[in-house]
Amino acid sequence: MISCSDAVRQLWDYLEDEVVERDRAAVEEHLAFCRRCCGEVEFAQELRGLLAAAADIELPPTVEARLTATLDELDPDSAT
Amino acid sequence: MTSTKTEFREVVRPHLPRLYGLACRLVGDRAEDVVQDCLVKAFRNFDQLHDRDAAGGWLRTILLNLVRDAARSQERSADEIPVEQVDESYSLYRKIADEDPLPYSDTLHLDFLSCFSIPDVWAVLDELPSHYRTPLVLVHMYGVPTAEVAQALDIPQGTLLSQLHRGRKRFEQALWEYAEQNDLLRETEEALP
Repeated sequence: MISCSDAVRQLWDYLEDEVVERDRAAVEEHLAFCRRCCGEVEFAQELRGLLAAAADIELPPTVEARLTATLDELDPDSAT
Repeated sequence: MTSTKTEFREVVRPHLPRLYGLACRLVGDRAEDVVQDCLVKAFRNFDQLHDRDAAGGWLRTILLNLVRDAARSQERSADEIPVEQVDESYSLYRKIADEDPLPYSDTLHLDFLSCFSIPDVWAVLDELPSHYRTPLVLVHMYGVPTAEVAQALDIPQGTLLSQLHRGRKRFEQALWEYAEQNDLLRETEEALP
């Protein structure tokens, strides 16, 4: 069975489904026995959620005004 | 106003907040300029967008190409990026458990993360070197597949995965340091029942 450090190293790739089948099986075998690494998995999922939530942004009014002006001023002849 | 222009506006407008947010994380103060350039370039190539539902990814690709082209002349290639000291075995989960910064919490790890507002997360990310920040932002913040990110950044996928791993460790360390430096833990402890 892989060690905790090997399991932790692969956790995010495991969560992102970026590991090959053999590594996936090794991580899951480790998680079945290691409570601490199960905690690491749950925490990594929360961290991913924190990052994903930070993608949402409201346009500041000044930026929205500038981008709206850009859209208004697009030259129709430049479109293909 | 021409119908093409009207249609273009309708297609891109819903994507502007995410596009601007991505630009902010990638190029900071130059975000407005980059998004503006992106809109001009996208309009010129509007006929290439055959599926309107794919507009978000299409705009993102145009933006990434602009960012990459602008950075190409200034940045070093992946081979030239200095190898920094990153503790690849660092675990924020273990750090929080060992330090126990919120001793009265029953949900220690979740409470630690709840210390961070969205602007706090941006501040932590913005302090990371760009070769770590960019993959983190694209993959974990915006959900772009790693193969697409590797292609957009013009680096092998193995290099990207390595940068992602090291970037996550740097991000975890930076979260802890930021929380300490900005007294986030004390504020959270005071707010606990």
